[in-house]
Amino acid sequence: MNIINLFNALPGACAQGLIWGIMAIGVYITYKILDLADLTVDGTMATGGAVCVMMMISGHSVWLSLLVAFIVGCLAGLVTGVLHTALGIPAILAGILTQLGLYSINLRILDNKANQAINVDKYDLLVSLRYIKDVPFYRNTILVVAVIIALLVAVLYWFFGTELGSAIRATGSNHNMSRAQGINTNAMKVIGLILSNGIVAFASGLYAQYQGFADVNAGRGAIVIGLAAVIIADVIFGKIKGNFAFKLASVSFGAIIYYIVLQIVMWLGLNSNDLKLLSAIIVALFLAIPYIKTKYAPKKVVKKGENADA
Amino acid sequence: MLELKNIHKTFNPGTVNEKTALCGLDLKLNEGDFVTVIGGNGAGKSTMLNAIAGVWFVDEGTITIDGDDVTKLPEHKRAKYLGRVFQDPMNGTAATMQIDENLALAARRGKFRSLKKGITAKEMAYFKERLATLDLGLEERMTTKVGLLSGGQRQALTLLMAALVKPRLLLLDEHTAALDPKTAAKVLETTQRIVDADNITTLMITHNMKDAIAHGNRLIMMHEGRIIYDVSGEEKKNLHVSDLLAKFEEASGGAFANDRMMLN
Ligand SMILES: Nc1ncnc2c1ncn2[C@@H]1O[C@H](COP(=O)(O)OP(=O)(O)OP(=O)(O)O)[C@@H](O)[C@H]1O
Ligand SMILES: [Mg+2]
Repeated sequence: MNIINLFNALPGACAQGLIWGIMAIGVYITYKILDLADLTVDGTMATGGAVCVMMMISGHSVWLSLLVAFIVGCLAGLVTGVLHTALGIPAILAGILTQLGLYSINLRILDNKANQAINVDKYDLLVSLRYIKDVPFYRNTILVVAVIIALLVAVLYWFFGTELGSAIRATGSNHNMSRAQGINTNAMKVIGLILSNGIVAFASGLYAQYQGFADVNAGRGAIVIGLAAVIIADVIFGKIKGNFAFKLASVSFGAIIYYIVLQIVMWLGLNSNDLKLLSAIIVALFLAIPYIKTKYAPKKVVKKGENADA
Repeated sequence: MLELKNIHKTFNPGTVNEKTALCGLDLKLNEGDFVTVIGGNGAGKSTMLNAIAGVWFVDEGTITIDGDDVTKLPEHKRAKYLGRVFQDPMNGTAATMQIDENLALAARRGKFRSLKKGITAKEMAYFKERLATLDLGLEERMTTKVGLLSGGQRQALTLLMAALVKPRLLLLDEHTAALDPKTAAKVLETTQRIVDADNITTLMITHNMKDAIAHGNRLIMMHEGRIIYDVSGEEKKNLHVSDLLAKFEEASGGAFANDRMMLN
Protein backbone atom coordinates (compact mmCIF):
# COMPACT_ATOMS: atom_id res chain seq x y z
CA MET A 1 0.00 0.00 0.00
CA ASN A 2 2.47 2.55 -1.19
CA ILE A 3 0.87 5.98 -1.34
CA ILE A 4 3.01 6.75 -4.40
CA ASN A 5 1.10 4.06 -6.30
CA LEU A 6 -2.13 5.80 -5.48
CA PHE A 7 -0.81 9.17 -6.63
CA ASN A 8 0.44 7.63 -9.84
CA ALA A 9 -3.00 6.22 -10.50
CA LEU A 10 -4.84 9.51 -9.92
CA PRO A 11 -4.30 11.18 -13.31
CA GLY A 12 -5.65 8.08 -15.00
CA ALA A 13 -8.63 8.09 -12.65
CA CYS A 14 -9.22 11.75 -13.52
CA ALA A 15 -9.13 11.05 -17.25
CA GLN A 16 -11.50 8.09 -16.96
CA GLY A 17 -13.74 10.08 -14.64
CA LEU A 18 -13.93 12.92 -17.16
CA ILE A 19 -14.86 10.59 -20.01
CA TRP A 20 -17.52 8.99 -17.85
CA GLY A 21 -18.49 12.52 -16.88
CA ILE A 22 -19.61 13.09 -20.47
CA MET A 23 -21.61 9.87 -20.24
CA ALA A 24 -23.08 11.04 -16.92
CA ILE A 25 -24.19 14.31 -18.52
CA GLY A 26 -26.18 12.16 -20.94
CA VAL A 27 -27.72 10.31 -18.01
CA TYR A 28 -28.47 13.64 -16.32
CA ILE A 29 -30.64 14.64 -19.29
CA THR A 30 -32.93 11.65 -18.96
CA TYR A 31 -32.76 11.00 -15.24
CA LYS A 32 -32.80 14.53 -13.87
CA ILE A 33 -34.32 16.67 -16.59
CA LEU A 34 -36.86 14.26 -18.04
CA ASP A 35 -37.36 12.17 -14.90
CA LEU A 36 -36.90 8.95 -16.89
CA ALA A 37 -34.61 6.07 -15.96
CA ASP A 38 -33.18 5.08 -19.33
CA LEU A 39 -31.31 1.76 -19.41
CA THR A 40 -30.54 2.05 -23.12
CA VAL A 41 -27.23 3.59 -22.11
CA ASP A 42 -25.84 0.20 -21.04
CA GLY A 43 -26.04 -0.64 -24.72
CA THR A 44 -25.02 2.70 -26.23
CA MET A 45 -21.98 2.87 -23.95
CA ALA A 46 -20.66 -0.09 -25.97
CA THR A 47 -22.13 0.89 -29.34
CA GLY A 48 -20.36 4.23 -29.57
CA GLY A 49 -16.95 2.64 -29.00
CA ALA A 50 -17.65 -0.15 -31.45
CA VAL A 51 -18.70 2.28 -34.18
CA CYS A 52 -15.82 4.64 -33.52
CA VAL A 53 -13.10 1.96 -33.46
CA MET A 54 -14.38 0.10 -36.50
CA MET A 55 -14.61 3.30 -38.49
CA MET A 56 -11.13 4.35 -37.55
CA ILE A 57 -9.79 0.92 -38.43
CA SER A 58 -11.34 1.26 -41.85
CA GLY A 59 -9.53 4.53 -42.35
CA HIS A 60 -11.89 7.31 -41.27
CA SER A 61 -10.77 10.28 -39.23
CA VAL A 62 -11.32 10.34 -35.49
CA TRP A 63 -13.79 13.22 -35.67
CA LEU A 64 -15.93 11.63 -38.35
CA SER A 65 -15.87 8.37 -36.38
CA LEU A 66 -17.01 10.14 -33.24
CA LEU A 67 -19.73 11.96 -35.16
CA VAL A 68 -21.09 8.69 -36.55
CA ALA A 69 -20.89 7.13 -33.06
CA PHE A 70 -22.98 10.06 -31.81
CA ILE A 71 -25.54 9.59 -34.57
CA VAL A 72 -25.83 5.85 -33.99
CA GLY A 73 -26.36 6.57 -30.29
CA CYS A 74 -29.12 9.02 -31.25
CA LEU A 75 -30.81 6.27 -33.26
CA ALA A 76 -30.72 3.93 -30.26
CA GLY A 77 -32.36 6.67 -28.20
CA LEU A 78 -34.97 7.12 -30.91
CA VAL A 79 -35.83 3.42 -30.75
CA THR A 80 -36.31 3.54 -26.98
CA GLY A 81 -38.31 6.74 -27.34
CA VAL A 82 -40.67 5.24 -29.89
CA LEU A 83 -41.08 2.03 -27.87
CA HIS A 84 -41.95 4.14 -24.83
CA THR A 85 -44.13 6.89 -26.28
CA ALA A 86 -45.73 5.53 -29.45
CA LEU A 87 -46.04 1.93 -28.26
CA GLY A 88 -46.71 2.58 -24.59
CA ILE A 89 -43.97 0.36 -23.15
CA PRO A 90 -42.81 1.54 -19.71
CA ALA A 91 -39.58 3.53 -20.01
CA ILE A 92 -37.42 1.11 -18.03
CA LEU A 93 -38.57 -1.86 -20.08
CA ALA A 94 -38.22 0.05 -23.36
CA GLY A 95 -34.61 0.81 -22.42
CA ILE A 96 -33.89 -2.79 -21.47
CA LEU A 97 -35.29 -4.01 -24.79
CA THR A 98 -33.18 -1.62 -26.83
CA GLN A 99 -30.14 -2.43 -24.73
CA LEU A 100 -30.62 -6.16 -25.29
CA GLY A 101 -31.10 -5.70 -29.01
CA LEU A 102 -28.00 -3.51 -29.12
CA TYR A 103 -25.87 -6.35 -27.78
CA SER A 104 -26.37 -8.29 -31.00
CA ILE A 105 -25.92 -5.16 -33.07
CA ASN A 106 -22.73 -4.29 -31.21
CA LEU A 107 -21.33 -7.73 -31.95
CA ARG A 108 -22.10 -7.28 -35.61
CA ILE A 109 -20.45 -3.87 -35.65
CA LEU A 110 -17.40 -5.47 -34.01
CA ASP A 111 -17.29 -8.09 -36.75
CA ASN A 112 -18.53 -10.81 -34.40
CA LYS A 113 -15.66 -10.38 -32.00
CA ALA A 114 -16.06 -9.52 -28.32
CA ASN A 115 -13.52 -6.73 -28.73
CA GLN A 116 -11.45 -4.94 -31.31
CA ALA A 117 -8.15 -3.28 -30.50
CA ILE A 118 -7.01 0.03 -31.88
CA ASN A 119 -3.31 0.66 -31.59
CA VAL A 120 -2.37 4.11 -30.35
CA ASP A 121 0.85 3.97 -32.36
CA LYS A 122 -0.89 3.21 -35.64
CA TYR A 123 -3.93 5.49 -35.38
CA ASP A 124 -4.26 9.14 -34.60
CA LEU A 125 -6.36 8.87 -31.45
CA LEU A 126 -7.85 11.87 -29.69
CA VAL A 127 -7.43 10.41 -26.21
CA SER A 128 -5.47 7.50 -24.78
CA LEU A 129 -4.10 5.96 -21.62
CA ARG A 130 -0.73 6.83 -23.10
CA TYR A 131 -1.58 10.51 -23.44
CA ILE A 132 -1.65 11.16 -19.71
CA LYS A 133 2.07 11.75 -19.18
CA ASP A 134 4.99 12.70 -21.38
CA VAL A 135 2.94 14.33 -24.16
CA PRO A 136 2.67 18.00 -25.14
CA PHE A 137 0.07 19.57 -22.86
CA TYR A 138 -2.42 20.13 -25.67
CA ARG A 139 -2.45 16.39 -26.40
CA ASN A 140 -2.99 15.53 -22.76
CA THR A 141 -6.16 13.49 -22.48
CA ILE A 142 -7.28 15.25 -19.30
CA LEU A 143 -7.11 18.63 -21.02
CA VAL A 144 -8.70 17.39 -24.25
CA VAL A 145 -11.66 15.83 -22.44
CA ALA A 146 -12.03 18.84 -20.15
CA VAL A 147 -12.28 21.10 -23.21
CA ILE A 148 -14.85 18.77 -24.79
CA ILE A 149 -16.90 18.88 -21.58
CA ALA A 150 -16.71 22.67 -21.49
CA LEU A 151 -17.99 22.83 -25.06
CA LEU A 152 -20.72 20.27 -24.37
CA VAL A 153 -21.88 22.13 -21.27
CA ALA A 154 -21.97 25.38 -23.25
CA VAL A 155 -24.04 23.85 -26.02
CA LEU A 156 -26.47 22.16 -23.60
CA TYR A 157 -26.76 25.36 -21.56
CA TRP A 158 -27.80 27.18 -24.70
CA PHE A 159 -30.11 24.38 -25.85
CA PHE A 160 -32.02 24.02 -22.60
CA GLY A 161 -32.55 27.77 -22.58
CA THR A 162 -34.31 27.73 -25.95
CA GLU A 163 -38.07 27.39 -26.42
CA LEU A 164 -37.62 23.73 -27.30
CA GLY A 165 -35.21 23.03 -24.44
CA SER A 166 -37.54 24.76 -21.96
CA ALA A 167 -40.37 22.57 -23.21
CA ILE A 168 -38.26 19.46 -22.53
CA ARG A 169 -37.51 20.68 -19.01
CA ALA A 170 -41.19 21.42 -18.43
CA THR A 171 -42.12 17.92 -19.60
CA GLY A 172 -39.82 16.40 -16.99
CA SER A 173 -41.11 18.74 -14.32
CA ASN A 174 -44.87 18.38 -14.88
CA HIS A 175 -46.29 16.66 -17.93
CA ASN A 176 -49.90 17.59 -17.16
CA MET A 177 -49.02 21.22 -17.10
CA SER A 178 -46.87 20.83 -20.19
CA ARG A 179 -49.67 19.36 -22.25
CA ALA A 180 -52.03 22.04 -20.98
CA GLN A 181 -49.49 24.56 -22.31
CA GLY A 182 -49.52 22.87 -25.69
CA ILE A 183 -46.28 20.91 -25.36
CA ASN A 184 -46.13 17.55 -27.14
CA THR A 185 -44.71 15.70 -24.15
CA ASN A 186 -44.12 12.47 -26.06
CA ALA A 187 -42.06 14.28 -28.67
CA MET A 188 -40.07 16.00 -25.92
CA LYS A 189 -39.29 12.67 -24.28
CA VAL A 190 -38.10 11.24 -27.59
CA ILE A 191 -35.88 14.26 -28.24
CA GLY A 192 -34.39 13.95 -24.75
CA LEU A 193 -33.71 10.24 -25.19
CA ILE A 194 -32.09 10.86 -28.58
CA LEU A 195 -29.84 13.60 -27.24
CA SER A 196 -28.91 11.62 -24.14
CA ASN A 197 -27.96 8.45 -26.01
CA GLY A 198 -26.04 10.42 -28.62
CA ILE A 199 -23.92 11.96 -25.88
CA VAL A 200 -23.42 8.58 -24.20
CA ALA A 201 -22.30 6.99 -27.49
CA PHE A 202 -19.91 9.86 -28.03
CA ALA A 203 -18.44 9.24 -24.57
CA SER A 204 -18.24 5.57 -25.46
CA GLY A 205 -16.23 6.44 -28.58
CA LEU A 206 -13.77 8.37 -26.45
CA TYR A 207 -13.60 5.62 -23.86
CA ALA A 208 -12.76 2.95 -26.43
CA GLN A 209 -9.91 5.11 -27.73
CA TYR A 210 -8.73 5.74 -24.20
CA GLN A 211 -8.58 2.05 -23.40
CA GLY A 212 -7.23 1.10 -26.80
CA PHE A 213 -10.06 -1.24 -27.69
CA ALA A 214 -13.81 -1.41 -28.17
CA ASP A 215 -15.53 -4.03 -26.05
CA VAL A 216 -19.01 -5.47 -26.43
CA ASN A 217 -19.32 -5.46 -22.63
CA ALA A 218 -18.07 -1.90 -22.17
CA GLY A 219 -21.52 -0.70 -21.18
CA ARG A 220 -22.37 -3.24 -18.54
CA GLY A 221 -23.53 -1.30 -15.49
CA ALA A 222 -22.96 2.03 -17.24
CA ILE A 223 -26.27 3.41 -15.97
CA VAL A 224 -25.14 2.80 -12.40
CA ILE A 225 -21.89 4.69 -12.93
CA GLY A 226 -23.79 7.51 -14.62
CA LEU A 227 -26.30 7.68 -11.78
CA ALA A 228 -23.50 7.53 -9.22
CA ALA A 229 -21.90 10.59 -10.84
CA VAL A 230 -25.23 12.46 -10.92
CA ILE A 231 -25.97 11.60 -7.32
CA ILE A 232 -22.47 12.40 -6.03
CA ALA A 233 -22.72 15.76 -7.80
CA ASP A 234 -26.10 16.34 -6.17
CA VAL A 235 -24.85 15.49 -2.69
CA ILE A 236 -21.64 17.50 -2.90
CA PHE A 237 -22.59 20.46 -5.10
CA GLY A 238 -26.39 20.40 -4.78
CA LYS A 239 -26.45 22.92 -1.96
CA ILE A 240 -24.45 25.44 -3.96
CA LYS A 241 -26.77 27.80 -5.78
CA GLY A 242 -25.43 27.57 -9.29
CA ASN A 243 -26.99 27.91 -12.70
CA PHE A 244 -27.76 25.07 -15.07
CA ALA A 245 -24.27 25.09 -16.61
CA PHE A 246 -22.78 24.68 -13.16
CA LYS A 247 -25.10 21.74 -12.50
CA LEU A 248 -24.02 20.00 -15.71
CA ALA A 249 -20.34 20.64 -15.02
CA SER A 250 -20.73 19.35 -11.48
CA VAL A 251 -21.95 16.04 -12.90
CA SER A 252 -18.58 15.51 -14.55
CA PHE A 253 -16.89 16.34 -11.25
CA GLY A 254 -19.16 13.71 -9.71
CA ALA A 255 -17.76 11.17 -12.16
CA ILE A 256 -14.18 12.16 -11.37
CA ILE A 257 -14.86 11.77 -7.66
CA TYR A 258 -16.41 8.38 -8.35
CA TYR A 259 -13.27 7.20 -10.15
CA ILE A 260 -10.92 8.60 -7.54
CA VAL A 261 -12.89 6.84 -4.80
CA LEU A 262 -12.65 3.63 -6.82
CA GLN A 263 -8.89 4.06 -7.08
CA ILE A 264 -8.62 4.57 -3.35
CA VAL A 265 -10.77 1.55 -2.63
CA MET A 266 -8.65 -0.57 -4.95
CA TRP A 267 -5.50 0.83 -3.40
CA LEU A 268 -6.88 -0.23 -0.02
CA GLY A 269 -6.90 -3.74 -1.39
CA LEU A 270 -10.38 -4.36 -2.73
CA ASN A 271 -10.53 -6.74 -5.67
CA SER A 272 -11.54 -4.99 -8.87
CA ASN A 273 -14.13 -7.73 -9.42
CA ASP A 274 -15.97 -6.48 -6.34
CA LEU A 275 -16.24 -2.93 -7.64
CA LYS A 276 -19.59 -3.41 -9.34
CA LEU A 277 -21.11 -4.67 -6.12
CA LEU A 278 -19.67 -1.70 -4.28
CA SER A 279 -21.01 0.73 -6.89
CA ALA A 280 -24.44 -0.85 -6.75
CA ILE A 281 -24.55 -0.57 -2.97
CA ILE A 282 -23.43 3.05 -2.98
CA VAL A 283 -25.96 4.07 -5.63
CA ALA A 284 -28.75 2.13 -3.91
CA LEU A 285 -28.00 3.95 -0.67
CA PHE A 286 -27.99 7.38 -2.25
CA LEU A 287 -31.16 6.69 -4.22
CA ALA A 288 -32.86 5.57 -1.02
CA ILE A 289 -31.88 8.62 1.01
CA PRO A 290 -34.57 11.01 -0.31
CA TYR A 291 -37.24 8.36 0.23
CA ILE A 292 -36.06 7.57 3.73
CA LYS A 293 -35.99 11.28 4.50
CA THR A 294 -39.57 11.91 3.38
CA LYS A 295 -40.81 8.74 5.01
CA TYR A 296 -39.30 9.16 8.43
CA ALA A 297 -38.42 12.82 8.84
CA PRO A 298 -41.64 14.80 8.28
CA LYS A 299 -43.52 13.15 11.12
CA LYS A 300 -41.12 14.69 13.57
CA VAL A 301 -41.45 18.10 11.99
CA VAL A 302 -45.25 18.04 12.02
CA LYS A 303 -45.49 16.88 15.63
CA LYS A 304 -43.14 19.41 17.07
CA GLY A 305 -44.12 22.14 14.63
CA GLU A 306 -40.50 23.13 14.31
CA ASN A 307 -38.98 24.81 11.32
CA ALA A 308 -39.83 22.82 8.25
CA ASP A 309 -36.51 22.68 6.52
CA ALA A 310 -36.57 18.88 6.30
CA MET B 1 -68.54 29.06 -29.35
CA LEU B 2 -68.18 25.72 -27.56
CA GLU B 3 -70.50 22.96 -28.56
CA LEU B 4 -70.65 19.49 -26.99
CA LYS B 5 -72.97 17.15 -28.83
CA ASN B 6 -74.12 13.83 -27.41
CA ILE B 7 -70.87 13.11 -25.53
CA HIS B 8 -70.42 9.62 -24.10
CA LYS B 9 -67.50 8.43 -22.02
CA THR B 10 -67.14 5.13 -20.19
CA PHE B 11 -64.03 4.34 -18.17
CA ASN B 12 -62.62 0.81 -18.02
CA PRO B 13 -65.27 -0.65 -20.34
CA GLY B 14 -65.83 -4.37 -20.04
CA THR B 15 -64.24 -4.64 -16.61
CA VAL B 16 -65.65 -4.75 -13.09
CA ASN B 17 -64.55 -1.13 -12.79
CA GLU B 18 -66.65 -0.05 -15.74
CA LYS B 19 -68.01 3.42 -15.09
CA THR B 20 -70.06 5.54 -17.42
CA ALA B 21 -69.08 9.09 -16.53
CA LEU B 22 -70.79 10.98 -19.34
CA CYS B 23 -73.88 9.77 -21.16
CA GLY B 24 -75.35 11.93 -23.87
CA LEU B 25 -74.01 15.24 -22.64
CA ASP B 26 -75.05 18.28 -24.67
CA LEU B 27 -73.83 21.79 -23.99
CA LYS B 28 -73.59 24.97 -25.99
CA LEU B 29 -71.76 28.04 -24.76
CA ASN B 30 -72.03 31.53 -26.17
CA GLU B 31 -69.13 33.89 -26.61
CA GLY B 32 -68.37 35.57 -23.28
CA ASP B 33 -70.42 33.17 -21.17
CA PHE B 34 -69.16 32.59 -17.64
CA VAL B 35 -70.76 29.31 -16.64
CA THR B 36 -70.51 27.81 -13.17
CA VAL B 37 -70.88 24.05 -12.90
CA ILE B 38 -72.12 22.20 -9.82
CA GLY B 39 -73.11 18.64 -9.04
CA GLY B 40 -72.48 15.81 -6.60
CA ASN B 41 -69.35 13.69 -6.34
CA GLY B 42 -68.86 11.64 -9.45
CA ALA B 43 -71.48 13.58 -11.42
CA GLY B 44 -69.05 13.90 -14.31
CA LYS B 45 -68.00 17.54 -13.97
CA SER B 46 -64.27 16.93 -14.17
CA THR B 47 -64.84 14.35 -16.88
CA MET B 48 -66.66 16.98 -18.95
CA LEU B 49 -63.74 19.41 -18.64
CA ASN B 50 -61.24 16.66 -19.41
CA ALA B 51 -63.25 15.71 -22.48
CA ILE B 52 -63.10 19.31 -23.70
CA ALA B 53 -59.37 19.50 -22.94
CA GLY B 54 -58.69 16.22 -24.72
CA VAL B 55 -57.06 14.37 -21.82
CA TRP B 56 -58.43 11.29 -23.62
CA PHE B 57 -60.81 10.87 -26.52
CA VAL B 58 -64.57 10.56 -26.01
CA ASP B 59 -66.39 7.36 -27.00
CA GLU B 60 -69.10 9.14 -28.91
CA GLY B 61 -70.17 12.67 -29.81
CA THR B 62 -68.45 15.76 -31.14
CA ILE B 63 -66.71 18.74 -29.61
CA THR B 64 -66.40 21.97 -31.56
CA ILE B 65 -64.74 25.19 -30.51
CA ASP B 66 -65.51 28.26 -32.62
CA GLY B 67 -66.57 26.02 -35.45
CA ASP B 68 -63.38 23.87 -35.38
CA ASP B 69 -64.07 20.19 -34.75
CA VAL B 70 -61.53 19.27 -32.07
CA THR B 71 -62.98 15.85 -31.20
CA LYS B 72 -59.97 14.02 -32.60
CA LEU B 73 -57.33 16.58 -31.68
CA PRO B 74 -54.77 15.43 -29.07
CA GLU B 75 -54.52 17.33 -25.79
CA HIS B 76 -51.40 19.33 -26.63
CA LYS B 77 -52.92 20.56 -29.90
CA ARG B 78 -56.17 21.58 -28.24
CA ALA B 79 -54.18 23.66 -25.78
CA LYS B 80 -54.12 26.56 -28.24
CA TYR B 81 -57.84 27.09 -27.60
CA LEU B 82 -57.81 26.55 -23.85
CA GLY B 83 -56.62 27.98 -20.59
CA ARG B 84 -56.78 25.52 -17.72
CA VAL B 85 -56.48 25.66 -13.94
CA PHE B 86 -56.68 22.48 -11.90
CA GLN B 87 -57.87 21.63 -8.41
CA ASP B 88 -54.42 20.61 -7.23
CA PRO B 89 -52.17 23.70 -7.12
CA MET B 90 -49.22 21.40 -7.92
CA ASN B 91 -50.73 20.56 -11.28
CA GLY B 92 -50.80 23.86 -13.11
CA THR B 93 -47.16 24.90 -12.92
CA ALA B 94 -43.70 23.38 -13.31
CA ALA B 95 -42.39 23.36 -9.74
CA THR B 96 -38.71 23.00 -10.63
CA MET B 97 -38.79 25.97 -12.98
CA GLN B 98 -38.75 29.66 -12.20
CA ILE B 99 -41.80 31.95 -12.21
CA ASP B 100 -40.59 33.74 -15.34
CA GLU B 101 -39.83 30.43 -17.08
CA ASN B 102 -43.33 29.18 -16.33
CA LEU B 103 -44.81 32.35 -17.79
CA ALA B 104 -42.58 32.01 -20.86
CA LEU B 105 -43.92 28.49 -21.39
CA ALA B 106 -47.47 29.81 -21.15
CA ALA B 107 -46.69 32.67 -23.53
CA ARG B 108 -45.92 30.04 -26.20
CA ARG B 109 -49.10 28.04 -25.77
CA GLY B 110 -50.32 27.06 -29.22
CA LYS B 111 -47.15 28.25 -30.92
CA PHE B 112 -44.32 26.24 -32.45
CA ARG B 113 -41.37 25.91 -30.06
CA SER B 114 -38.16 26.55 -31.96
CA LEU B 115 -34.51 27.09 -31.06
CA LYS B 116 -35.15 30.74 -30.32
CA LYS B 117 -34.47 32.03 -26.83
CA GLY B 118 -36.89 30.51 -24.33
CA ILE B 119 -37.47 33.89 -22.73
CA THR B 120 -36.61 37.37 -24.00
CA ALA B 121 -35.84 40.59 -22.19
CA LYS B 122 -38.94 42.19 -23.65
CA GLU B 123 -41.08 39.39 -22.28
CA MET B 124 -39.53 39.76 -18.84
CA ALA B 125 -40.74 43.34 -18.63
CA TYR B 126 -44.21 42.29 -19.73
CA PHE B 127 -44.35 39.39 -17.25
CA LYS B 128 -43.32 41.72 -14.47
CA GLU B 129 -46.17 44.04 -15.34
CA ARG B 130 -48.69 41.20 -15.45
CA LEU B 131 -47.46 39.67 -12.19
CA ALA B 132 -47.89 43.01 -10.46
CA THR B 133 -51.62 42.87 -11.24
CA LEU B 134 -51.89 39.83 -8.95
CA ASP B 135 -50.83 42.02 -6.06
CA LEU B 136 -48.88 39.21 -4.41
CA GLY B 137 -45.40 40.67 -4.78
CA LEU B 138 -44.45 37.92 -7.22
CA GLU B 139 -43.06 40.53 -9.64
CA GLU B 140 -40.12 40.87 -7.24
CA ARG B 141 -39.48 37.12 -7.23
CA MET B 142 -39.45 36.31 -10.93
CA THR B 143 -36.48 33.95 -10.68
CA THR B 144 -37.89 32.01 -7.71
CA LYS B 145 -38.68 28.37 -8.35
CA VAL B 146 -42.45 27.95 -8.43
CA GLY B 147 -42.17 24.99 -6.04
CA LEU B 148 -41.41 27.46 -3.26
CA LEU B 149 -44.72 29.32 -3.66
CA SER B 150 -47.81 28.69 -1.55
CA GLY B 151 -50.86 26.96 -2.99
CA GLY B 152 -52.73 30.24 -3.38
CA GLN B 153 -49.80 31.94 -5.08
CA ARG B 154 -49.45 29.00 -7.43
CA GLN B 155 -53.14 29.07 -8.36
CA ALA B 156 -52.98 32.82 -8.98
CA LEU B 157 -49.92 32.28 -11.17
CA THR B 158 -51.63 29.44 -13.02
CA LEU B 159 -54.60 31.72 -13.71
CA LEU B 160 -52.29 34.38 -15.04
CA MET B 161 -50.59 31.77 -17.24
CA ALA B 162 -53.92 30.46 -18.49
CA ALA B 163 -54.92 33.95 -19.61
CA LEU B 164 -51.50 35.18 -20.76
CA VAL B 165 -52.39 34.25 -24.31
CA LYS B 166 -56.13 34.91 -24.39
CA PRO B 167 -57.81 31.49 -24.48
CA ARG B 168 -61.02 30.96 -26.42
CA LEU B 169 -62.23 29.07 -23.37
CA LEU B 170 -61.04 28.99 -19.76
CA LEU B 171 -61.55 25.71 -17.86
CA LEU B 172 -61.45 25.91 -14.08
CA ASP B 173 -61.84 22.65 -12.17
CA GLU B 174 -62.49 23.46 -8.50
CA HIS B 175 -59.41 25.61 -8.62
CA THR B 176 -60.03 27.09 -5.18
CA ALA B 177 -61.05 23.86 -3.41
CA ALA B 178 -57.60 23.07 -2.04
CA LEU B 179 -57.10 26.53 -0.55
CA ASP B 180 -58.04 27.94 2.84
CA PRO B 181 -61.22 30.09 2.74
CA LYS B 182 -59.43 33.43 2.76
CA THR B 183 -57.02 32.47 0.00
CA ALA B 184 -59.84 30.83 -1.94
CA ALA B 185 -61.82 34.08 -1.87
CA LYS B 186 -58.82 36.04 -3.07
CA VAL B 187 -58.10 33.62 -5.93
CA LEU B 188 -61.75 33.72 -6.93
CA GLU B 189 -61.63 37.50 -6.97
CA THR B 190 -58.53 37.33 -9.18
CA THR B 191 -60.37 34.90 -11.43
CA GLN B 192 -63.26 37.29 -11.87
CA ARG B 193 -60.90 40.16 -12.62
CA ILE B 194 -58.96 38.19 -15.25
CA VAL B 195 -62.14 36.91 -16.89
CA ASP B 196 -63.68 40.39 -16.97
CA ALA B 197 -60.55 42.07 -18.27
CA ASP B 198 -60.55 40.04 -21.48
CA ASN B 199 -64.17 38.93 -21.50
CA ILE B 200 -63.02 35.28 -21.54
CA THR B 201 -65.60 32.53 -22.06
CA THR B 202 -65.32 30.41 -18.90
CA LEU B 203 -66.46 27.09 -17.45
CA MET B 204 -65.90 26.97 -13.69
CA ILE B 205 -66.59 23.90 -11.58
CA THR B 206 -67.14 24.65 -7.92
CA HIS B 207 -68.56 22.80 -4.96
CA ASN B 208 -69.42 26.04 -3.30
CA MET B 209 -73.02 26.85 -4.24
CA LYS B 210 -72.79 30.43 -3.07
CA ASP B 211 -69.83 31.00 -5.38
CA ALA B 212 -71.71 29.25 -8.17
CA ILE B 213 -74.58 31.69 -7.75
CA ALA B 214 -72.46 34.79 -7.17
CA HIS B 215 -70.24 34.34 -10.21
CA GLY B 216 -71.01 34.05 -13.87
CA ASN B 217 -74.08 34.63 -16.00
CA ARG B 218 -75.17 31.01 -16.20
CA LEU B 219 -75.22 27.94 -13.93
CA ILE B 220 -75.49 24.29 -14.82
CA MET B 221 -76.02 21.33 -12.52
CA MET B 222 -74.79 17.90 -13.49
CA HIS B 223 -75.97 14.49 -12.35
CA GLU B 224 -74.96 11.06 -13.58
CA GLY B 225 -73.16 12.31 -16.63
CA ARG B 226 -75.80 14.75 -17.85
CA ILE B 227 -76.85 18.32 -17.34
CA ILE B 228 -80.02 18.31 -15.29
CA TYR B 229 -80.46 22.01 -14.70
CA ASP B 230 -79.40 25.03 -16.68
CA VAL B 231 -80.24 28.61 -15.66
CA SER B 232 -79.01 31.99 -16.76
CA GLY B 233 -79.73 35.69 -16.61
CA GLU B 234 -82.16 37.12 -14.08
CA GLU B 235 -83.35 33.70 -13.01
CA LYS B 236 -79.85 32.71 -12.02
CA LYS B 237 -79.22 35.96 -10.15
CA ASN B 238 -82.25 35.33 -7.98
CA LEU B 239 -81.28 31.77 -7.09
CA HIS B 240 -80.74 30.69 -3.51
CA VAL B 241 -78.75 27.77 -2.21
CA SER B 242 -82.00 26.20 -1.03
CA ASP B 243 -83.34 26.28 -4.61
CA LEU B 244 -80.31 24.37 -5.80
CA LEU B 245 -80.64 21.81 -3.02
CA ALA B 246 -84.29 21.27 -3.89
CA LYS B 247 -83.45 20.96 -7.56
CA PHE B 248 -80.83 18.38 -6.78
CA GLU B 249 -83.09 16.31 -4.56
CA GLU B 250 -85.77 16.35 -7.19
CA ALA B 251 -83.34 15.10 -9.84
CA SER B 252 -81.54 12.50 -7.80
CA GLY B 253 -84.71 11.34 -6.10
CA GLY B 254 -83.06 11.39 -2.70
CA ALA B 255 -81.25 13.37 -0.10
CA PHE B 256 -78.39 15.51 -1.19
CA ALA B 257 -75.48 13.14 -1.23
CA ASN B 258 -72.54 15.45 -1.52
CA ASP B 259 -71.37 16.25 1.97
CA ARG B 260 -68.74 18.63 0.62
CA MET B 261 -71.51 20.82 -0.72
CA MET B 262 -73.69 20.59 2.32
CA LEU B 263 -71.04 22.39 4.31
CA ASN B 264 -71.49 25.52 2.31
N1 LIG C 1 -59.59 8.44 -15.40
C1 LIG C 1 -60.63 7.78 -14.86
N2 LIG C 1 -60.63 6.43 -14.80
C2 LIG C 1 -61.67 5.76 -14.28
N3 LIG C 1 -62.76 6.34 -13.78
C3 LIG C 1 -62.83 7.68 -13.80
C4 LIG C 1 -61.77 8.47 -14.33
N4 LIG C 1 -62.09 9.77 -14.21
C5 LIG C 1 -63.31 9.79 -13.63
N5 LIG C 1 -63.75 8.55 -13.38
C6 LIG C 1 -65.06 8.19 -12.80
O1 LIG C 1 -66.04 8.86 -13.50
C7 LIG C 1 -67.04 9.37 -12.63
C8 LIG C 1 -67.15 10.86 -12.81
O2 LIG C 1 -66.00 11.45 -12.25
P1 LIG C 1 -65.68 12.99 -12.25
O3 LIG C 1 -64.29 13.13 -11.77
O4 LIG C 1 -66.03 13.58 -13.55
O5 LIG C 1 -66.68 13.54 -11.15
P2 LIG C 1 -66.86 15.02 -10.61
O6 LIG C 1 -68.22 15.45 -10.98
O7 LIG C 1 -65.76 15.85 -11.03
O8 LIG C 1 -66.84 14.75 -9.06
P3 LIG C 1 -66.06 15.50 -7.88
O9 LIG C 1 -66.97 16.51 -7.34
O10 LIG C 1 -65.81 14.41 -6.90
O11 LIG C 1 -64.81 16.03 -8.45
C9 LIG C 1 -66.63 8.95 -11.24
O12 LIG C 1 -67.35 7.78 -10.91
C10 LIG C 1 -65.17 8.65 -11.37
O13 LIG C 1 -64.79 7.65 -10.47
MG1 LIG D 1 -64.01 16.69 -10.11
